[in-house]
Order: sequence, then C-alpha cells, then structure tokens
Amino acid sequence: MTQTPFRVLPRVTPRNEHFWTGGARGELRFLRCGACGFFVHPPTPRCPTCLAKELRPEAVSGRARVVSYTWNHQAWVPAPDHPYPIAIVEIAEQPGLRLMTNLVGCGRDEVHIGMAVRATFEQHGDVYIPLFEPVREP
Amino acid sequence: MSVEFLEKRAVISGIGQSEVGRRLGRDPLDLTLDACLAALADAGLERGQIDGLATYPGAMATPPGFSGAGIAEVQDALRLNLDWYSGGLEQPGQLGSVIEACLAVACGVATHVLCFRSVWEATAQGKGRRAGIMGGAEASSGFRATGELQWTLPFRAYSAANWIALLAQRHFHEYGTTREQLAQIALVARRNAARNPNAIYRDPLSLEEYLAARPISTPLCLYDCDVPADGATALVVSRAEAARDLRRRPLRVEAVGCAIHGRPSWDQWDDLTSMAARDAGSMLWRRTQLRPADVDVAELYDGFSFLTLAWLEALGFCGKGESGPFVEGGARIALDGELPLNTQGGQLSGGRLHGYGFLHEACVQLWGEGGERQVPGSPQVAVAAAGGGPLAGCLLLTAPH
Repeated sequence: MTQTPFRVLPRVTPRNEHFWTGGARGELRFLRCGACGFFVHPPTPRCPTCLAKELRPEAVSGRARVVSYTWNHQAWVPAPDHPYPIAIVEIAEQPGLRLMTNLVGCGRDEVHIGMAVRATFEQHGDVYIPLFEPVREP
Repeated sequence: MSVEFLEKRAVISGIGQSEVGRRLGRDPLDLTLDACLAALADAGLERGQIDGLATYPGAMATPPGFSGAGIAEVQDALRLNLDWYSGGLEQPGQLGSVIEACLAVACGVATHVLCFRSVWEATAQGKGRRAGIMGGAEASSGFRATGELQWTLPFRAYSAANWIALLAQRHFHEYGTTREQLAQIALVARRNAARNPNAIYRDPLSLEEYLAARPISTPLCLYDCDVPADGATALVVSRAEAARDLRRRPLRVEAVGCAIHGRPSWDQWDDLTSMAARDAGSMLWRRTQLRPADVDVAELYDGFSFLTLAWLEALGFCGKGESGPFVEGGARIALDGELPLNTQGGQLSGGRLHGYGFLHEACVQLWGEGGERQVPGSPQVAVAAAGGGPLAGCLLLTAPH
C-alpha cells in the first residue's frame, strides 16, 4: 500500500455534506433537481437550470472520463509521492458534470485525456475524498 | 437602439512605477506612495486634484505580500479628499479596478482617479519560497478549505500553476499546441526584458534551457511561471475634458472588456481551452470600430505563459486554438514583429507586478518612451489585458493625435 499523502480537508457544512461524506457508503453523490433532473455541482440551494428548490442528494455510478490532467512536480507542501496526477474528470451521468480530483493506481504513461476512470474514496475522519482510478478493460 | 460607450470619455493622464525588484525589503506602503506620486508628477497633477482612488485587490493580509496597500492607507497617507473610491478582489481581474475608474470619470462621480496595484511578494515570501497557497494557512494548522477552494485544495491542487496546467494540457490535446510553441512566450519576454533596465531577469534564455527546466505542473515548467516581485504601479484615469491642459497629451481609452458569461470557476468553465478572457475580449471589440489588425502592441497577462496564449485567442489576434502556430518561432511577437508582445518582459521576466505592469507598459509604448525596447514606427493602438481563469479585464488605448 502506498502512504496516504497529506491533504487539506474541506469544512463539512449542511450544503456540501452529501458530497464529502458519501464515500462512507461508497457513493459519489451530487445534488439533483427533483423538477428537471439536472445534477448540480458545486451544490447550491436552487437548481441553476430551472431555479427549483427540490434538490436532493443522489448517488451516481462513479464512472467518469479524464477531461484534463497534470502531473504536479512542485513540492507546495512536503509529500512522499511527487509527481502526482491532478485531473478534471467528467461524470458519466451528465455532460459538463465535472470535478477536480486526483488519479490513483495508474502509472505515468497510462494517464491520458479520455481515459475511463471510476470513483474510489480516501477516508480522513469524517471526510471521504473522491479519487478516481482507471477502469481497465478485461 | 444605439448605446454610447462612455469609457471613451476617460483618458490616462499619467503613469508611475516604484523601484521593482526581488526582496527589496522595503515598506510596501512606501513603494506604493512612490508609484502614486510618480503618476501624479507625470500627469502634472497636485494631490489636491485627485478625487478618486481605485485599486485591486484592496487591503489583504494573506497571501503574503499579495497586497502592498489598500485604499484607506493610501488615502490617509496622501490626505486625499475623495468623491469616489473602490478597492476589492471581486472584479474583472486586476485591471477591473482601472475599468471601474474609467466608468467613474465617465459618470462624473470623479475627475481624476488615482489607480494603483502594489505587491511585495518577493520579500513577504522570504527566501526561496513561492507558495502563497491555502490563503496563508500552514499545513499543520488544522485549516479546512471552504468556498471554491474546497474543490481544489483537497485534491492537492494548491496553486494556480496546477489549475492553469490543466487548461494548458487540454489545449495541447485539442489543438496540438506544443511546449516549443508555448516557450516563445517566455523567450520573447526574456529578450524584451534584456532591453528593460527595470526587469528582474535579463540574461539570455534559450529554447534548450527552457525545455530542460524542471517541471512545475506538466506541461508547465519553471519558465512558464512568473517571478514574485516587490513593486508598485500607479496611473491616473481622468475625464477627457479635464485632462486637456495637463503635462502630457493623454491616452484615450477606446474600449474596455470586462464580461464573464461562463461559470466563474477554473474547472467548471464550459470550454477548458479558454477562460473568461474569451468573453472580456469579445466585449472589447463590440465597443469599438477598431479591429485586432489595428493593434500595434499587445501587453497580455503572463502570470503563466499559457494565459498569454489564451488572451491572444480571446482578443482575436488568431483563431480559436491557433495561438501555438501564431507564436511559433517567436518572430511575429518580437519587438520588431507584426504584433510586439509583452515588450517590458512581461511578468515572466519583468516581475509579477500583477496586471498593472502591462497597462503601464502599453502607456509607455504609446507615449514613445520605451527607450531600447520601444516598438518601432510610433505605435498608435495598444491593448492591455490581465487575469486568468475566471478573472479577465482588458483595455484598448489609443495614442494622442
């Protein structure tokens, strides 16, 4: 097992709790509009598409694709694993439903734009950080 | 229906800059006042004539050195009698504060607005550290990320270098942009800096050295990142009628761009190969009869080299995705090229004066006072643009006739 690196953790609030704690059940959760079905991220009190207030957390499949990535070499804070990959991924359920994240379990030559990935979680107390690992075809 | 574009009532009547350098160890308010008084002297104005004050980002204690002075300090230090003032972070980039000043004089709430931007990041960050991450909080402090930072910091994306690297990588992927092309932003800036006695890095930089430099966040390397500096820049925005008899022939503000139509975010922006610059740039050209081909000199933000590529596209100097080939080889953007770019050395080699340095240099060029780095042929039209990601503001200036 690789060592878990230091992370700045988010402050969990009523508005973002579903997102940062969903990993306890292995779920990547976003707010979804009960009126129009739009997934909302980052979370807000109203659906930005139809302005309805019926937003409820809903788990998605966790499947996603890499939209962009970078290998961070600079030691902004001390860590044992430079360089490490940062990525923006697009969640399968909705075009444009994106997250910045880290890719895990993949080598330097493997990471590419368009790569199929799925969510996995790294627990830090009450917070579960959603990370993404490659989906390898059998 | 026709709308009058009132920014055309505004002019720039004077500019000033403090000493600029690495770790000057000087009081940042002292630097700020040097720049402000230089701008007043340049315009031929007494401080009693200044009735407006504008700055970006206003007083801030963190990140270290990011703000050298706020509105209140400068007002008090110069005992200004203000009819209008504005300082803050939530603006269309660093030059958003100058755009506001243009609107203030156009509306008649002020006549002569002193605008300034002051930094002392080199001194504040101490020896050898760039950092300025996490809003100044240390890793061990139990700090937790809130607001927009919760979507980047927990993923170890601590720096704008990471956020911009993601945009650059996507641009490379979609358009085939290369590091050799991106390098030209840094190399041309360095060549210009060699002709600017106030620039920080003036030694020659070769493509080989650029390509061999240590990576920061791929595809960005050390030379794609600007250099923290100490220094202040100021300028006076005046209402045109009030500037007729001043020391200088004022520069006209032909148009401003401050739009943002996409989501205000680094990672949620619709097209990750562009930025808010796209909307600000497009707005600028809707407010003038001039076209990109009329621009004689371009001063485009290079806090990271990729941002300049994005601004070149945003302002229509080349097509979408074509900025790589546009700058390839560097001849087109050289001092004697078709579109001289970042003639003072940009922030990459000139120092991170944070946006205002580009506007200052645009004025220097239009007044024909660039010395060794003066663009040949008396440039008449200049564009200055600042900001990256969701921050973007730009101004088009014309020389006095």
